[in-house]
Amino acid sequence: MSSAVRLLLGDRLVEVRDFDPQTTVLDWLRLQAHRTGSKEGCAEGDCGACTVVLGELQDDSIRYRAINACITLLATLDGKQLITVEDLASDDLHPVQQALVDHHGSQCGFCTPGFVMSLFAMAHEDRRIPGESGRAIIDEGLAGNLCRCTGYAPIVRAAQEILAEPVDDRFSRNHQQTVSALRAIERQQGLQLEYQGRRFYSPRSMEDLCRLLADHPDAVLLGGGTDIGLWISKQQRILSTLVYTANVPELHRLEINQEQARLEIGAAVSYSDAMDTLCALYPDFRPLLSRIGAVQVRNAGTIGGNIANGSPIGDMPPPLIVLGSRLVLRSATGRRELDLEDYFIEYGKQDIKAGECVEQVLLPLPEADIQFRVYKLAKRFDQDICAVCAAFALQLDGETVRSIRICYGGMAEVPARARETEGVLLGARWSQETIGQAMAAMAKDFQPLSDWRAGSEYRMLASQNLLQRFFLETTIAEPVQVGRSGLDSVLAVGAAGRS
Amino acid sequence: MSSDDVMKGDSSSMNTVVHQSTTHDSAARHATGEAVYVDDIREPVGLLHVCFGASSCAHGRIRQMDLSRVKAFPGVVAVITAQDLPGLNDISPMHTMDEEILCSGEIHFHGQALFAVAADCRDTARRAVQLAEIDVEELPAILDVEEAIRQKSWVAEPHEMKRGNPARAIEQSAYRLQGELQLGGQDHFYLEGQVSMALPQEGGDMLVYSSSQHPSELQHLVAQALGRADHAVTVEVRRMGGAFGGKETQAAQWAVIAALLADRTGRPAKIRLDRDTDMISTGKRHPFRIRYEVGFDEQGRIEGIDLNLAALCGMSADLSAPITDRAMFHSDNAYYLPHVRIRSYRCRTNTVSNTAFRGFGGPQGMMGIERVIDGIAAQLGKDPLAVRRANLYGGEGRNITPYHMKVEDNVLPELMADLAESSAYTHRRKEIAAFNLQSTVIKRGISLTPVKFGISFTTSFLNQAGALVHVYKDGSIHLNHGGTEMGQGLFIKVAQVVADAFGVGLEQIKITATHTGQVPNTSATAASSGSDMNGMAALNAVNKIKKRLVRFTTKKYGVEEEDVQFTQGQVWMGEQSMTFPELIMEAYLERVSLSATGYYRTPKIWYDRETARGRPFLYFAYGAAVTEVEIDTLTGENRIRRVDILHDVGRSLNPAIDRGQIEGGFVQGAGWLTTEELWWDQSGALRTHAPSTYKIPLSGDVPEEFNVAIWEPGVNREPTIHRSKAVGEPPLMLAISVHSAINQAIASLAPGQALPALDAPATPERILMCIQSSGKP
Ligand SMILES: Cc1cc2nc3c(=O)[nH]c(=O)nc-3n(C[C@H](O)[C@H](O)[C@H](O)COP(=O)(O)OP(=O)(O)OC[C@H]3O[C@@H](n4cnc5c(N)ncnc54)[C@H](O)[C@@H]3O)c2cc1C
Ligand code: FES
Ligand code: FES
Repeated sequence: MSSAVRLLLGDRLVEVRDFDPQTTVLDWLRLQAHRTGSKEGCAEGDCGACTVVLGELQDDSIRYRAINACITLLATLDGKQLITVEDLASDDLHPVQQALVDHHGSQCGFCTPGFVMSLFAMAHEDRRIPGESGRAIIDEGLAGNLCRCTGYAPIVRAAQEILAEPVDDRFSRNHQQTVSALRAIERQQGLQLEYQGRRFYSPRSMEDLCRLLADHPDAVLLGGGTDIGLWISKQQRILSTLVYTANVPELHRLEINQEQARLEIGAAVSYSDAMDTLCALYPDFRPLLSRIGAVQVRNAGTIGGNIANGSPIGDMPPPLIVLGSRLVLRSATGRRELDLEDYFIEYGKQDIKAGECVEQVLLPLPEADIQFRVYKLAKRFDQDICAVCAAFALQLDGETVRSIRICYGGMAEVPARARETEGVLLGARWSQETIGQAMAAMAKDFQPLSDWRAGSEYRMLASQNLLQRFFLETTIAEPVQVGRSGLDSVLAVGAAGRS
Repeated sequence: MSSDDVMKGDSSSMNTVVHQSTTHDSAARHATGEAVYVDDIREPVGLLHVCFGASSCAHGRIRQMDLSRVKAFPGVVAVITAQDLPGLNDISPMHTMDEEILCSGEIHFHGQALFAVAADCRDTARRAVQLAEIDVEELPAILDVEEAIRQKSWVAEPHEMKRGNPARAIEQSAYRLQGELQLGGQDHFYLEGQVSMALPQEGGDMLVYSSSQHPSELQHLVAQALGRADHAVTVEVRRMGGAFGGKETQAAQWAVIAALLADRTGRPAKIRLDRDTDMISTGKRHPFRIRYEVGFDEQGRIEGIDLNLAALCGMSADLSAPITDRAMFHSDNAYYLPHVRIRSYRCRTNTVSNTAFRGFGGPQGMMGIERVIDGIAAQLGKDPLAVRRANLYGGEGRNITPYHMKVEDNVLPELMADLAESSAYTHRRKEIAAFNLQSTVIKRGISLTPVKFGISFTTSFLNQAGALVHVYKDGSIHLNHGGTEMGQGLFIKVAQVVADAFGVGLEQIKITATHTGQVPNTSATAASSGSDMNGMAALNAVNKIKKRLVRFTTKKYGVEEEDVQFTQGQVWMGEQSMTFPELIMEAYLERVSLSATGYYRTPKIWYDRETARGRPFLYFAYGAAVTEVEIDTLTGENRIRRVDILHDVGRSLNPAIDRGQIEGGFVQGAGWLTTEELWWDQSGALRTHAPSTYKIPLSGDVPEEFNVAIWEPGVNREPTIHRSKAVGEPPLMLAISVHSAINQAIASLAPGQALPALDAPATPERILMCIQSSGKP
């Protein structure tokens, strides 16, 4: 095991040793590397002022992705290319920068480096605009960047210009060299860092990971760090042993197992990586996935972490539960499998023991006649934590409800099935009358809290109404959501852009 | 060109620097990350990082504060409390003496600074602060306006404006209406949080870099806290990462704390509030409770109105008096109120002290009257636009504001007609009504609302500005003025004015940081007055230098004064010319002074607060917006579908910059009225103190159809700089149309009934609950 981190900073190979493994990329950039272009606006992944781009090898090419430097640990950058706003301009401004200048896209300028990097990543991800303005794509790509001055209009205009053409810059031209440089620092074995009693392990196999967990009962598993990063950046928590899951190949599996009729999702698969596969199976996942955090969060955050953290307001458990998902837990002593629903015991308590980790989520393949929807309610449409997240899976025999599963987040101390409501619906006629009774029954299922996201009265009423919405969506053709225009075009490009 | 020409709005015939869409002077540096904000300044050797410990109750008395563990924490260099202050323990901007730097005993709000720590590194300071053991006796807290009114708890005495006999007029009206509207506050959410760095100098002097809209006040407060004269302190502000009023008074406390620790340790000290601390411990827009009673005729014309504005000011006066005054000044918005009483209550509560925020009370005042108008329209079954038009200022006898100022420059009848046409308002309103009839769940609404915003500080003496211009021997120009750059483009606008006047290109001009040593006794860059005042002051300086140059030229070359022209980098003397640098070198050799200060004071304005009469504003800025929204009646989710804006900026100094202010201001206002919700728990602690819980608009919240235009015929009737108009604040209030349109959408569920009482912000929750209480589909 090695003791230093190697990365490409722009084009330059950098080796960092003897540092606190809890150091965030942003602190390192601003305080050590004296690259102050990346800003801190929140230190919690929500404002995007710290956006930087990571280049990672993927087969023979490099994949560029925007992430939030404020909640990403420097130690996790081993073997990657880190591109910051300082790397973009040479003699001339980078096309992205030039477009922002030309369209008056900055006022105070504090958000601008973050927007530059998000747009840079979009340009390199080939998020090209199909005809028209492609506004939905731009909004999705910029949902992780706050600007308080401009009202976004000029930034959108700049984005429209940039994304209309394939990007041609130093990074596309130096592609081959960068691939070789990254190859040269690829690691075959795990990484281990130690600094003043704080340890960071990045194992490269499931066995190593299990052994580390067994050896360090106090170890904290680090996935994308979109939760853990905040413990560090906002709470100054000291985590003496971190075990990073992202380099364990087994945890990156994302495969359809036809025999078992299920999709197997490794715990370290990020939202972004899972997006296309999940949406291909269940297109109705798309509106939810595109609203979990924003691009930067989805590029890092994992589905495993979203489940493992046990949050009652995580967005993935409700839909996964109604679709009948199971969870695989793994430790040095073996594997066990349980219904995802049963993993959540009570607030802050899950069915997982020291030494265990989440290995996989098993999602059944869709049955032909399943009607599935997931609805998220929040104060703001994009990048917000839900007040209520509701998922429904329905199968009808003619007009009779053959099976129904309903699960809500935000309504109880864990993601919870609406059993009373389901009881009313099961075997009944799928009609407005039944829905009325079921909505009333929901009052027995939940006693939601009041907090800053919503009052209990609203949570209950809106939850009941979401069942009504589900009914309407399965029975009438007229739109019953205010959803964003153009989401369909995102869908189309999401699929096309990557094929 | 003489300054008279400038005032007529004419630029030198051939100079094309003003009225051009020049990019922001820092645009490229913003995009490359080279623009330096305070936290980006390369840290000096020995820098200390400062963090403060805050109260965790809303009202209480400190029994004991044990800081021994804080002091003992490795890396901590100094700890200070109220007892350690060498000077005055006060940062109140208007000398109300009610806001301490560090709490001396009685805690007034949750998040109040109690003590401060300086340590070798940021994380050490943050960790050390958590080790304090503080014993507090909790006292009953006043957390809302109702309780404050019950207890007559004020930060300033209630104030009243009255004209005519509103009670009688209301009583005698054919129609009457009364109601109440609750408006939430708003966090500034400047992307760059509060930050200051203080560097001790020789002889006890202090140099402070700060992100502040008000360097002069900061200078004064630092000096006062150190117990020194103002001349011992120098403050420099190159740029802010956004401010919006939130760095007018709110930057001072942190600068003062940094300076105190720098002074005490002899080492440079920096304080940067993390986002949560910033949101918890600094002031915001004032929440208001507005009650109204109005009498009107069958056309919807207001005959008498009684408005009661109660503002939640927080624990100290800060700027609440002028802010609540401005709310009163804008309670008429664009409408003539024949008989009117406006009462204002300035409630002192145990919450963070609320402060300046773009619009400065104006938005709240306007929300009240726009609600009234919508209410009248609903009651009469009329198009609200017709009622708005019927009430607009206009004509003799209908042009006097409640504070007795004559409205002489009203362009709204024309501007609103133009906008109604370009946005197809009437046609779309019909379409929407048809849509609503056939749509089960989704309902739409549309609204056109105007803005009339008074320009000038209502505290008259603040309406003065200074500038300093040097021309160096090579013809390059150093420009400095008292205004600060927070993104609004002030620096480039003033540079355009200067370049135009000298007839040189912008590249000749070096824009320099605001600096108390260069221009003294400045007012805050606020009240949208930045380019009006600093542009004039800079022009005044330029004209002094030009006058000397002209005198020199006429003497040396025997030409007439009128024949000397500065244009396109040349100085023309009749048929002959030389380059600007050539002339400058000649003038220098002939010992002509090439440096001048400039000064400006806004003419005409006066106001007598006792009688609530006067002309507090030099002129009004106008605009109007049409917004169409849709709401989901099952969940309260909502979306802006289209916005059309026409805004009057006079003759724009820089259309691109102005457009940016209009777009940005509108979106910020829309955030205030929709997604941005400040949520305090029952103990008086703010629970939405980071972007994870406090939601400002994102790109996706801005509609694709966002048609923003500067009103072509616009020209300032007053002789302002190049006949332009202030643009910083007014556009924010265009977003009132968003709230109004949402209310129209809700109203469509129960046609013919009273207007739903939708409060703000109109979150999905408020919308759904409003639907519940005002008639379901
Ligand atoms: C700006 C922002 C926006 C967000 N928006 C949303 C949102 O809209 N919806 C939503 O649901 N969430 C949201 N989140 C929360 C977060 O992104 C998710 O919970 C995410 O899925 C967590 O995954 P991670 O890999 O980043 O977890 P980490 O931070 O790495 O870990 C989270 C927890 O899971 C544990 N863990 C991680 N991997 C494993 C494993 N394999 N086995 C056992 N335990 C493990 C960790 O020890 C830790 O306790 C947001 C977060 C941020 C910062
Ligand atoms: S600083 Fe706000 S997302 Fe990183
Ligand atoms: S330009 Fe100021 S926050 Fe975007």
